[in-house]
Amino acid sequence: MDRVIYLDNNATTMVAPEVFEEMRPFFSERYGNPSSLHSFGGNVHHKIDEARRRLAALLGADENEMLFTSCGTESDSTAIHSALDRFPDKKHIVTSAVEHPAVLGLCDHLEQRGYSVTYLAVDEEGRLDLDELAEAVTDDTAIVSIMHANNESGVVFPLQEITEIVKQRGALMHTDAVQSVGKLPLDVRKTSVDFLSLSGHKLHAPKGVGALFVRRGTPYTPLLIGGHQEHNKRAGTENVTSIVGLGKAAELAAEHMEDEQTRVQAMRDRLQEGLVAHCPDARVNGGGSPRLPNTLNISFGYVEGESILLLMDELGICASSGSACTSASLEISHVIKCMKVPEMYAHGSTRFSLSRYTTDEEIDYVIEQVPPIIARLRELSPFGRG
Amino acid sequence: MWDYNDKVKDHFLNPRNVGAIENPDGVGDTGNLRCGDALRLTIRVEKVDGVERIADAKFQTFGCASAIAAASALTELAIGKTLDEAAKVTNQDIVEYLGGLPAPKIHCSVMGAEALQAAIADYRGEKREEIGPEDKIICKCFEVTEKKIRDAVFHNNLTTVEQVTNYTKAGGACGGCIPEIERIIGEVLAEKAAMTCEVVPENERDALIKRLLEEEIGPALGTHDGGLQLVAIDGDKVVVAMKGACQMCANLQTTVNEFVQKELREKVDENIVVEVGG
Repeated sequence: MDRVIYLDNNATTMVAPEVFEEMRPFFSERYGNPSSLHSFGGNVHHKIDEARRRLAALLGADENEMLFTSCGTESDSTAIHSALDRFPDKKHIVTSAVEHPAVLGLCDHLEQRGYSVTYLAVDEEGRLDLDELAEAVTDDTAIVSIMHANNESGVVFPLQEITEIVKQRGALMHTDAVQSVGKLPLDVRKTSVDFLSLSGHKLHAPKGVGALFVRRGTPYTPLLIGGHQEHNKRAGTENVTSIVGLGKAAELAAEHMEDEQTRVQAMRDRLQEGLVAHCPDARVNGGGSPRLPNTLNISFGYVEGESILLLMDELGICASSGSACTSASLEISHVIKCMKVPEMYAHGSTRFSLSRYTTDEEIDYVIEQVPPIIARLRELSPFGRG
Repeated sequence: MWDYNDKVKDHFLNPRNVGAIENPDGVGDTGNLRCGDALRLTIRVEKVDGVERIADAKFQTFGCASAIAAASALTELAIGKTLDEAAKVTNQDIVEYLGGLPAPKIHCSVMGAEALQAAIADYRGEKREEIGPEDKIICKCFEVTEKKIRDAVFHNNLTTVEQVTNYTKAGGACGGCIPEIERIIGEVLAEKAAMTCEVVPENERDALIKRLLEEEIGPALGTHDGGLQLVAIDGDKVVVAMKGACQMCANLQTTVNEFVQKELREKVDENIVVEVGG
């Protein structure tokens, strides 16, 4: 394949060249163990501290409130298990029906072990009902885990208001901010969220590194137990190279934050307008809600997502779909389903997610190439002919 | 492009016989939007010298790449066949024509075969099969009936729920009907076993072989959830079909040689050779 137009950045991102350069020496030259007493290893530890400061700065956190993990899933699991461990008498969890499998899968597992879980629905625009949230949180609720922004629809939940409601009712609050960190300005001092999860590979750091914000004073029990690493909060020799990369990526994200809100968002909006204008029977999912600046979830009526993706793939355009045929379960995406997207449109839901590396030329190309693909599939379809 | 072979890709990227025949002689609709795929097949039938032949076929598909490829292959298979030949086209024929489909996509070929049968039935003026009182929806998520599951299990020798899901989609979403699917698989396999023709022994020696297999050797295997059935006796050759756990057993040949054959040699005739078949 000659040309790749990568519009699947909510799945994973390219490691930024600056990040890669920052990481390079730690593979083969500066390979010391940060726990060693000799300065060859000890100096490596200073780089972890620097990465921690850089990441804390992006979130407005104190560096002692950040711990590095192996991925977003580990961060989510650590937060939720920690809360359950510290409140053994509380047997209830509140989450949303549109969470990432990292949280939904864990909740399902916990339900089988005697916990009860409330799954808050979203409306057709992908929004939560905060009154429903307030009713759901009881004295028995150990933790509420609600994502900051949805990976599929891009819809952003009001973290500050949600946290207020949860904290008033005495439960701990965790947010999976894997999709929003680096794309939206975020200041943990403006909310009282207890835990916040993030993942390196969604913000141009490598795969295999994540982090968890744990507010000072929040009850905490480690998930991985053993050595003293991460100030006794997460045992296991640090993934130094990737942690260094995540630190650099956080610094870059802060520098590019304005670009993300302006140029990237403008490209997303242009893509949306172009596709809606040139593809009849298209609808934007979650378009009426606050959204991540880089995400467009659009449904093309009367056609099916896998076919769209494969025809785009022939042209080097990478996106993803919530259609049943692209999932292992034969069912449409739980997010699309929960948003009650009409059946005629649900199977044709397609997600384009941009990054700072997306260019105007690429957006032009997609606006030019996708409408004929949709028209071609409509020709094949028995539906949508009045 | 994922798990598709070149032939499937070709039929997806360059589908043959797309569209709808005007004033068709027969129309076959299968699938529905809720399930995420649907197929409409239209056929034109010509009668020459009293033989009815499918002169043309066109399709419209809403579905994934393999659904489109399977429908395209179906039209290629159907065109030129007599109605009697076409009525015998199965999903296996479509899969073979395409050189294979990934397991989770087999149901696309099933949809193709169903559309062809429906179009032929429509041409012949047969009533479209309605869900009768003897049939019922087993998989509510994908509206799959008991009959469809039974047919898939019967014709394709399916033995697991996963296979049934690949062929019919049943059980592929909420999973609530999995116990029902397991029941149907068990029933159909039992029916198939019962349908195997009973061997009528020609002489006393064969009668003894039959009795030993049915009353001693078979029940002994049953204690390990296995079993066997006599298929034929041809001189010294005794053909048996293995049942239950024996079918999957890695030690099948040892069991046959060291137990079944040994018992028969000791108790009936030392020249007996036991073979697995049927």
